[in-house]
Amino acid sequence: MKPAGCAMSDRASKDLLLDMKDVHIEGFADERWHPIIKGVDLQLHRGEVLGLIGESGAGKSTLGKAAMGYTQPGCRFTAGEVMFDGQELSGMKIKDKRHIWGTRISYVAQSAAASFNPAHRLLDQTIRASKRVGDRSEQVLKSDAVDLFRRLNLPEPETIGLRYPHQVSGGQLQRVMTAMAMSPRPDLIIFDEPTTALDVTTQVEVLSSIRDLVAQFNTAAIYITHDLAVVAQMADRIKVLRYGEEVEQADTRTMLSSPEQDYTKSLWSVRSLEKPEKSGEEILLTIENIDAAYGASKVLHDVSIKLPRGRTVAVVGESGSGKSTTARVITGLLPQLNGTVTFDGAELPRRLRDRSKEQLRRIQMIYQMADTAMNPRQTVGEIIGRPLEFYLGLRGKEQERRVIELLEMIELDASFYDRLPDELSGGQKQRICIARALAAEPDMIICDEVTSALDQIVQEGILNLLQRLQGEFGIAYLFITHDIATVRAISDEIVVMWQGKVVEQGMKQQILSPPHPAYSELLLSSVPEMDPDWLDNLLDRRKHENVSDPAQTGQDPER
Amino acid sequence: MFRLIEVIGKRILLGLVTLFIVSLIIFSSISLLPGDFAQAVLGQTATEATLKAFRESLDLDKPVITRYFRWVAGVMQGDMGNTFSGRSTGGQGIDVSRPVVEIMLPKLRNTLFLAGVTAAISVPLALMLGFLTALFRNSIFDRTANAITLSTIAMPEFFLAYMLIILLGGYLPTIANVRAETEFLQRLLLVTLPTMTLTLVIVAAMMRMTRAAIINLLASPYIEMARLSGASQAEIIFRHALPNAWAPIATVIAFNMAWLVVGVVVVEVVFTYDGIGKLMVDSVGSRDIPVVQACALVFAATYISMNLLADIVGIVTNPRLLHPR
Repeated sequence: MKPAGCAMSDRASKDLLLDMKDVHIEGFADERWHPIIKGVDLQLHRGEVLGLIGESGAGKSTLGKAAMGYTQPGCRFTAGEVMFDGQELSGMKIKDKRHIWGTRISYVAQSAAASFNPAHRLLDQTIRASKRVGDRSEQVLKSDAVDLFRRLNLPEPETIGLRYPHQVSGGQLQRVMTAMAMSPRPDLIIFDEPTTALDVTTQVEVLSSIRDLVAQFNTAAIYITHDLAVVAQMADRIKVLRYGEEVEQADTRTMLSSPEQDYTKSLWSVRSLEKPEKSGEEILLTIENIDAAYGASKVLHDVSIKLPRGRTVAVVGESGSGKSTTARVITGLLPQLNGTVTFDGAELPRRLRDRSKEQLRRIQMIYQMADTAMNPRQTVGEIIGRPLEFYLGLRGKEQERRVIELLEMIELDASFYDRLPDELSGGQKQRICIARALAAEPDMIICDEVTSALDQIVQEGILNLLQRLQGEFGIAYLFITHDIATVRAISDEIVVMWQGKVVEQGMKQQILSPPHPAYSELLLSSVPEMDPDWLDNLLDRRKHENVSDPAQTGQDPER
Repeated sequence: MFRLIEVIGKRILLGLVTLFIVSLIIFSSISLLPGDFAQAVLGQTATEATLKAFRESLDLDKPVITRYFRWVAGVMQGDMGNTFSGRSTGGQGIDVSRPVVEIMLPKLRNTLFLAGVTAAISVPLALMLGFLTALFRNSIFDRTANAITLSTIAMPEFFLAYMLIILLGGYLPTIANVRAETEFLQRLLLVTLPTMTLTLVIVAAMMRMTRAAIINLLASPYIEMARLSGASQAEIIFRHALPNAWAPIATVIAFNMAWLVVGVVVVEVVFTYDGIGKLMVDSVGSRDIPVVQACALVFAATYISMNLLADIVGIVTNPRLLHPR
């Protein structure tokens, strides 16, 4: 890809591999057909990598699969054509498509953990599609797979294939899936958000492995993602989708430096959200020397964090670093083994049931998955009304008036009062959760990855809302996230956690600027940037400094 | 592997504990039944002395706890006591009561024979129909199979039995009067109609669970992945979905197998088949408590061991337990 990028223009003129013209796809929902893709053209040449970006619901995944002539159950092609190397795929018989799928076009899914069959060994799954071609013996395919594992920097390439999917980490699985896609040496690979579920430090490794391998075999690829910084590293050319239509397309550098459409510009601008830090005088919450465990496995070691009144402390770290466990200790859901939680000068009882209603009221929580955090059978009025009644004793008309006030505070209006969660968008749901936390008039809110499941533009709205509410009501936030861009946008102070320990805590500028402790350095440098040369530079730097990858040294948090 | 043995060992222990608790429940609930067994067995005309002698001979005058432990100790040695019926009534006449085991074993053997034949036919049939309906989901075949099995499960089994007798009674024996000396082939012929009835009753549940378990998995990402790597529909179902579907399928099969032992009394009565269900119902009528207790214990043991078996299948087919990290 990138190394061979200069030759792209020659290739483009020569070797058209995939030519999708005016593709229309519909999906069946609520007893009728809705358009999902509304006439998109897409051309791809041999060896070229096209980045497809857009927010959720833009149709990028559907379009990616359509490039294979596949539509999900409940979806159908209604117009257009998909020419792949001289064959029309959209109208082809399923039994003919099977000769192309998995062998000439392969697919790499978002969640490797869910996309491997739990009942079969990795090596068998890796070579299954190639075996179907039948031109190479099983022995040859197996040794080829081991070679691919090695090129993808997987640990113990000789034996890792004998393991079952649950026996390796998420980052390793994603690489095995890339090996599986590459095994039959396809002409085209569809990468459907292959690194979205990974931690940033693991992502770097997977991105560079994918990129090297695709370049080595001169494979064409469609790389689907919602992360602009990632696509900037991977693609020769970027196509932006919205509502099933193309917004614009250009080669990567042009697209990054001078996007034409307003929508594209707005996608680009979200990442630059920042706020000046403020230090806080009065400490609201102190947790000191906390140890905590789930059963026999200890997950927090001597964790101490201070949260000033009316400020935001961001807790960052990868999955398994103990961020959410810390939140569970503070709320009393998981009583600590050692250490104290002091709130507004008084020590909080360890257990939830020993805490007074007043203590409960003053600490509220907002979760990552807004849909599962709300009862789908309750209306917005009931959801927000419940804490009003429970903590403040508001009922009837008074309660209703307050709910509507709260709805206005979160920039929604009274018309939402009777709606059910299902009728709301992701961002609106998260706003309702914020209103529910706000209803208790808390001193602090624990925000656990509250923007991670949202699109970038929606994220911006939620972050701005939280910021405004803090200004108005002086609420302190303990903001748990793995996303450094979010941290920049909202925090005053930062706590870096790793493997259940606090690596460092300090003011935002101090933490984000060098020198860093080794782990913070690894974490911060792994966050992709919008510069198309970022990955190359990073890998260069790491090669010289010999920075270790935690996924390689066996300290994978998922294991 | 060690972990697997540990997990299975734990299940077996739990099963034994359950069986113990069930034995307590069986014994105490029968002890709590109102009325006097001696009176019921000997009739209203019995004298006080005969009643007393009867009670003493059966230990009915001893505390419940003592009786329970004597009973359990006996059961563990394969002795379930003697029947009440045929007892000498306080010295008069000869004692013609027999050991419960001796009465029960031939009937249990009959029931197991019928259950075995039915299982040998219905389980493969149900699995096959389940696979095929999953494979050809929403086809005419799928709909027909579902409609037929649903209607047979909706009908009471005595009704099915009589329908079969009406339809096939001219060609097949309608009275399954097997004896100890009846030969195997003759036995098979005699149980044809009962077997058909039972098969019609249990195939639906097993088939629909097989179909549902597989179809449920067809929505998972690794199935889409398999499809996108060119796997055929049959390969998807047998190689990708089935290995992950055994646990729920085994559970429903175990449940139906247990039912074949404990729930077939209606069919046994219709075909006058001499099985354990009929024995229990008869014994309840004649208040022959040791027999009732023994039957209840056998039923409980059947249920528990079948469920245990299903659990073990679930554990053994779960790669997370079979191949720990």
